[in-house]
Amino acid sequence: MLSQIEGSKAVADAIALCRPEVICAYPISPQTHIVEGLSALVKSGKLAGCEYVNVESEFAAMSVAIGASAAGARAYTATASQGLLYMVEAVYNASGLGLPIVMTVANRAIGSPINIWNDHTDTMSQRDCGWIQLYAETNQEAADLHIQAFKLAEELSLPVMVCMDGFILTHAYERVDMPNQEQVDAYLPAFEPRQVLDPAAPISIGAMVGPEAFTEVRFLAHHKQMQALDLIPEIATEFQEIFGRDSGGLVRPYRTEDAETVIVALGSVLGTIKDVVDERREAGEKIGVLGITSFRPFPMLAIRGVLRHAQRVIILEKALAIGLGGIVSDNVRNALSGITLKGNTVIAGLGGRAITKVSLHKLFDEARADRLERLVFLDMDYDLVQREIERTKQQRRSGSAAENILRDVGVVAARPA
Amino acid sequence: MPYQPIKFYQTGSFVVGNRLLDQNERSVQSDTERLNSLTSGHRACQGCGEALGARYALDAVAKATGGRMIAANATGCLEVFSTPFPETSWRIPWIHSLFGNAPAVATGIAAAMHAKGRDDIRVVGQGGDGGTIDIGFGCLSGMFERNDDVLYICYDNEAYMNTGVQRSGATPPAARTATTQAVGPNPGNVFGQGKDMPRIAMAHEIPYVATATVAELRDLEAKVERAMSFRGARYIHVFVPCPLGWGSSSNDTIKLARLVKETGLFPVFEAEHGEVTAVSKIRRRIPVEEYLRPQRRYAHLFGEHGHPETIERIQALADRNIARYALLDDLPDSLKPPGSAVGRQVRWQSEDLSEQTSAMAILTETTGAH
Ligand SMILES: Cc1ncc(C[n+]2csc(CCOP(=O)(O)OP(=O)(O)O)c2C)c(N)n1
Ligand code: SF4
Ligand SMILES: [Mg+2]
Repeated sequence: MLSQIEGSKAVADAIALCRPEVICAYPISPQTHIVEGLSALVKSGKLAGCEYVNVESEFAAMSVAIGASAAGARAYTATASQGLLYMVEAVYNASGLGLPIVMTVANRAIGSPINIWNDHTDTMSQRDCGWIQLYAETNQEAADLHIQAFKLAEELSLPVMVCMDGFILTHAYERVDMPNQEQVDAYLPAFEPRQVLDPAAPISIGAMVGPEAFTEVRFLAHHKQMQALDLIPEIATEFQEIFGRDSGGLVRPYRTEDAETVIVALGSVLGTIKDVVDERREAGEKIGVLGITSFRPFPMLAIRGVLRHAQRVIILEKALAIGLGGIVSDNVRNALSGITLKGNTVIAGLGGRAITKVSLHKLFDEARADRLERLVFLDMDYDLVQREIERTKQQRRSGSAAENILRDVGVVAARPA
Repeated sequence: MPYQPIKFYQTGSFVVGNRLLDQNERSVQSDTERLNSLTSGHRACQGCGEALGARYALDAVAKATGGRMIAANATGCLEVFSTPFPETSWRIPWIHSLFGNAPAVATGIAAAMHAKGRDDIRVVGQGGDGGTIDIGFGCLSGMFERNDDVLYICYDNEAYMNTGVQRSGATPPAARTATTQAVGPNPGNVFGQGKDMPRIAMAHEIPYVATATVAELRDLEAKVERAMSFRGARYIHVFVPCPLGWGSSSNDTIKLARLVKETGLFPVFEAEHGEVTAVSKIRRRIPVEEYLRPQRRYAHLFGEHGHPETIERIQALADRNIARYALLDDLPDSLKPPGSAVGRQVRWQSEDLSEQTSAMAILTETTGAH
């Protein structure tokens, strides 16, 4: 059914359709509307057979999900940013134990300085934690990916993180075609755990493993993610059969067939990039976009297949690997090993900075003129940075860089001379 | 039929032999049908109080639930010695996730059982003192506050034993650990720190809180049984000597657990909904020195370069407990609140409880400065 709803509401409703049995969450912007929505569904009785646990921290949220999932319940939680970092130990534990928990991450920057706005620093920090990571481009896809996520997680016994841009998606009202219960029931079978805490057949879960088997255990976790490379497209195909919609999959190429330049990105910014690409295509430029939906497992071959004929690849990413540059870029370069083409890393949208069409046009113009550096910070004010660098040279006690820059920007009052 | 009267004091342990009791009053461990939830083959040290306490407590849960139980364990000795992969000593469904999250994992299991309409399956969370009162404190308090249907058992051996005997928030003053060495002007752990978890648990007004020691195992079983008669969050704090960490003899585990109670250093009581409902009285009061002396973690307090003033401060802690929980039937004047007649002479009753003897040495000591 078509509805004009908030992204968070669409996700909450989609989760409810998946018949979760335990939901545990701790509030953090911009995830709040999702868990508020689910709480209301449970409390009103609309979502029956589900326990909603108001936990005291994200660490507890993931831990409750671990207990619930190990006891054979379909478990869900959601978080963002600081909350994701606060639960990291349990995040690794959940994947190590092979528990098919589904978690939404409403992508948000990581402090300090504290910042509630969108970028991908939070989930990128967890790229190697053993969870599958899917990135939604639109609210429709966010809703759909959650339904696919449970299926994927339970088939593989691996947790899945659905990443959706905080505010940009979570708080945006968009048209979403909401699936109905019959469709979801037909698509998603009841959770049949591979191992379960059951007094009728007692087992010990989570025992210690030493060097004699640890490598093999880790390899098998990797192997499962490699299996997911096959399973993710299959699950998307099945989804299309029941819901009549093309959603999910590993990657989403757009106008890349003859493209000389391909922009690679994840999440909601793909929409803006596609608009820019359309405009440039009209002007005759051979340019396309490659959206990565599955960042873990990383679809090496699919990405290589799309990019191998391009002459330039511009990777636009909403996270910064401090001391290196780009995280997505690093992965993409790995997929392109042996292929020579021009590549640029563009760090954009950090802490919620808008990524505008104007800026993207300028960026692609520079690229076309071959003036783009290898590592670019989109719309960064080099002047401001320079002033702060000077300050730190001149005085030992130069103070907080963030505060100094805000003064220079004029957001807070200037220091008395 | 000739009838031989048995004096309970004969054994020196106050323990009533099972054979003297009705079948239904006998201990769970005396039942040949007991579950052996933590069975043989584990790697605990000889005389490990934690292994003993866990076996009794969990078998009592198993009995109360007809075996319909699931346990969530924090990282620590109990977890490590019971599950050296691929072996396990657990005959119950058991999960270890992390050091600091056992109460929350237990909550998750309980939530799952509730969602599935399996409220007959009961959940136990457990961990050492570190996993419970330090790193697991947040999760534990949250579990209490929500009154989740979980029995949480803390096995308190007063330090981080699994990592090599470092100080925890349950390490008592003056005790030597690997991070509170017996050096400097105030050797061992400092005074005025640490938390009193049973009282903190009570402050959550949860249905049931109890303390116990591995000296009185039938008492522990009875408390577990009582705990299982409630729904909601319940907490049992078990005092479990650790021969390795304390530098005590393996065969002194029960003795030390008894002495700690008889000194007043570890009050044994029950509380319901935030109110103390029962207290195990001290039967024969003994000075703390007798409890401290057999443990090498307190060795620096004794001998030529000893610290008698520190022993006195520890005695004061025991006295405070005695007064607070009314652990003695006749509170000596010295322990009565200020204003009442203060007598300096206190009669100590002492006995070496490790020997199975009824002989009692009665000695007189003076409280106050040596
Ligand atoms: C997050 C984290 N920090 C530290 C450790 C190391 N560690 C494992 S067990 C343990 C001590 C356990 O002490 P306690 O809970 O008192 O149990 P005990 O071994 O004494 O029975 C520590 C510090 C860990 N596993 N995880
Ligand atoms: S170190 Fe202490 S707690 Fe650990 S197994 Fe040995 S006796 Fe038990
Ligand atoms: Mg301990």
